[in-house]
Amino acid sequence: MHKIWLITKREFLSRVKKKSFIVMTLLGPILIGLFYAIIIGLAINQKTGEKVKKIAVVDKSGLFNGKLNNPSKVEYEFYLEEASKSPDEIFAWLIIPEDFTLDNPKQIVFKSTESITLDLQGRVANSIEASGKNMLLMQKGIRQSFLDSLSMKVNIKTLEIDASGALKSSRAEVNFGLGVIFAFIIYFFIFLYGVQVMRGVMEEKTNRIVEIIVSSVKPFQLMMGKILGIAMVGLTQFLIWVVFTIGITSIVSVFMVGGSTGELQEIANQSQQNAGVSPIMEAILSLNLGFYLVIFVFYFLFGYLLYSSMFAAIGSAVDSESDTQQFMLPVTIPLILSFATSFSILGSDPNGGLASFMSIFPLTSPIIMMVRLPFNPPVWELIASMVVLIATFLVFTWLAGRIYRVGILMTGKKPTYRELFKWMLMK
Amino acid sequence: MSLLEIKEVSKIYTNHKALDHVSLKVPKGSIYGLLGPNGAGKTSLIRIINQITAPDTGSLYFNGEALSEKHIYKIGYLPEERGLYKKQPVWDQILYFAQLKGLSISEAKQKTLYWLKKFDILSWKQKKVEELSKGMQQKIQFIITVLHEPELLILDEPFSGFDPLNADLIKEEIKGMRARGTTILYSTHRMESVEEICDYICLINKSKKILDGSVKEIKTAGKQHHFELVFEGRLPEWISEPESLSEEEGKTKVVFKAENMDRSEIIKKLANEVNIWSFRELIPSIHQIFIEKVKEAQHA
Repeated sequence: MHKIWLITKREFLSRVKKKSFIVMTLLGPILIGLFYAIIIGLAINQKTGEKVKKIAVVDKSGLFNGKLNNPSKVEYEFYLEEASKSPDEIFAWLIIPEDFTLDNPKQIVFKSTESITLDLQGRVANSIEASGKNMLLMQKGIRQSFLDSLSMKVNIKTLEIDASGALKSSRAEVNFGLGVIFAFIIYFFIFLYGVQVMRGVMEEKTNRIVEIIVSSVKPFQLMMGKILGIAMVGLTQFLIWVVFTIGITSIVSVFMVGGSTGELQEIANQSQQNAGVSPIMEAILSLNLGFYLVIFVFYFLFGYLLYSSMFAAIGSAVDSESDTQQFMLPVTIPLILSFATSFSILGSDPNGGLASFMSIFPLTSPIIMMVRLPFNPPVWELIASMVVLIATFLVFTWLAGRIYRVGILMTGKKPTYRELFKWMLMK
Repeated sequence: MSLLEIKEVSKIYTNHKALDHVSLKVPKGSIYGLLGPNGAGKTSLIRIINQITAPDTGSLYFNGEALSEKHIYKIGYLPEERGLYKKQPVWDQILYFAQLKGLSISEAKQKTLYWLKKFDILSWKQKKVEELSKGMQQKIQFIITVLHEPELLILDEPFSGFDPLNADLIKEEIKGMRARGTTILYSTHRMESVEEICDYICLINKSKKILDGSVKEIKTAGKQHHFELVFEGRLPEWISEPESLSEEEGKTKVVFKAENMDRSEIIKKLANEVNIWSFRELIPSIHQIFIEKVKEAQHA
């Protein structure tokens, strides 16, 4: 164990000290922060960027004069007849024909030298319809004060009934989003660091360092030390990213939203509410985050360990990067497949038969089980999936170690699958 | 007393036999040459001694005990194909390998300092290996091999790739270590270098041991009673079948075989018959003995 620790330490320190690691680790959160800033910026800009437009109303029917409520970003001015005004003064003209009645609403003309968006057209139509409806209701003898009291806003909250019968908030989008994020992080991590394990093994093999090392430690210890060291590099990078990303995004939101004054701030708050930010937060908080985190770290680690032992075996069997392709393919297919199917599983039936199978099958379970987790898969499936993954990890690491042991000392011809199989059986 | 004893070791790889019932004894405190052409099985044997691979049959003893994991710390190994981590500083790298050989950090630091000073490369300790010259990398490689003061030092073609200056430095270092009691197993296919430094040798060809023993014994046993004589006068009659005969500036040079006499007898006899300018027995080189033995083995 002491030797594995020595190797792990070297792998970890030599990688963490590298410039590329430092750059990636710092750049990652900055990029995410930048991305976040752009999205917030766009959202705020959309709401605040639109100027208040003056629309001249020529009401020949006389029904609406002075009675139209201004929709958002629009200010009505009432004119007796059309006049020539610059577009800066009056954005558009709304002409209500003489024979327009509430029973028989004739066509209204809306014209401008500028192009009129569908959105603006809708807002204007709504305001006229609302005002017309009120007039109709008043004609039927309903009082204005009663109409005022009618305004109502609906807010729907979805609840999920869990196994014990208790209710909790849930939101499908949140579950979906979390599933995708989990799947992506695990996929990314396995690929990025699995390939690093492979490269590390090849470096030692081609540089001929390996013969010196295996005269002091067992090949299996060397392989495990390397895999664990790189796992620690990955976890460290991930942790730094999480901390930095939370830090940077909160700075970005405080700076961009909090820094804007008066109206902007109000709009920003409003837009956040409109976008449903608080219900999402509520939904996320209602999930058992501690539990998620434990399960996530489990699949994160064991998924990586399982795959990286295979990557180590590949690295030991070949002499050059170009020879890895042939052996990489069968290893990466289940990985890519599980990432690709994760979307359709989320979209259709996260607790269906295919999802069940793929979340227990060890080569796909690290991704698919994490995708399913927000949708409360049956507990037995979760336990089965974890047990199968651990067992497969042990078997695969042992087999990979046997290939590795022979492979690191073999040079020359690229081995065939048959030979790899023989290496496993060799004394 | 032998430090390392190998008994009937065989190793078969997928398609070929690497070692075929090889037995040998490496005496303590000696320089033992493991000789043979490329592909004879030397590296396979060395890997088995280092416990990198296991023998198919046969057994090994270190200091009388069956070879086991704990002996790893008592062996230092300089492989033929050797390398270092290019991006890692010299100091860190030596410490790392020393710790893998079981030294504590403080011991490792102290010894690294000693060797870097000795080889005059202390000022380079924070440099990455790739920044060093090849000669310096070789010195570091050697330091890594001997830092933990192994009882058995295994050198596989140690001088290949060393410049003559470093090769001499290492040669002196090896002799010094033998004087301090270290046993050295020196594997090479270059026979010339062997006679100079080896006490014992073992010849391996095509996975089989051909002969072993002390260099002196082997050379004596390999003598074939050939003599070279340069003289003035008439060729004595008893040298009936000379193997070569040439004349130069009035003197005759003859090479002949005399199986039933030793040197002093021949000299006495010759002194009465001719004017001797020079006389010597032709002792075969290890190289010649090797070729001879390989031929014999092929005919057998």
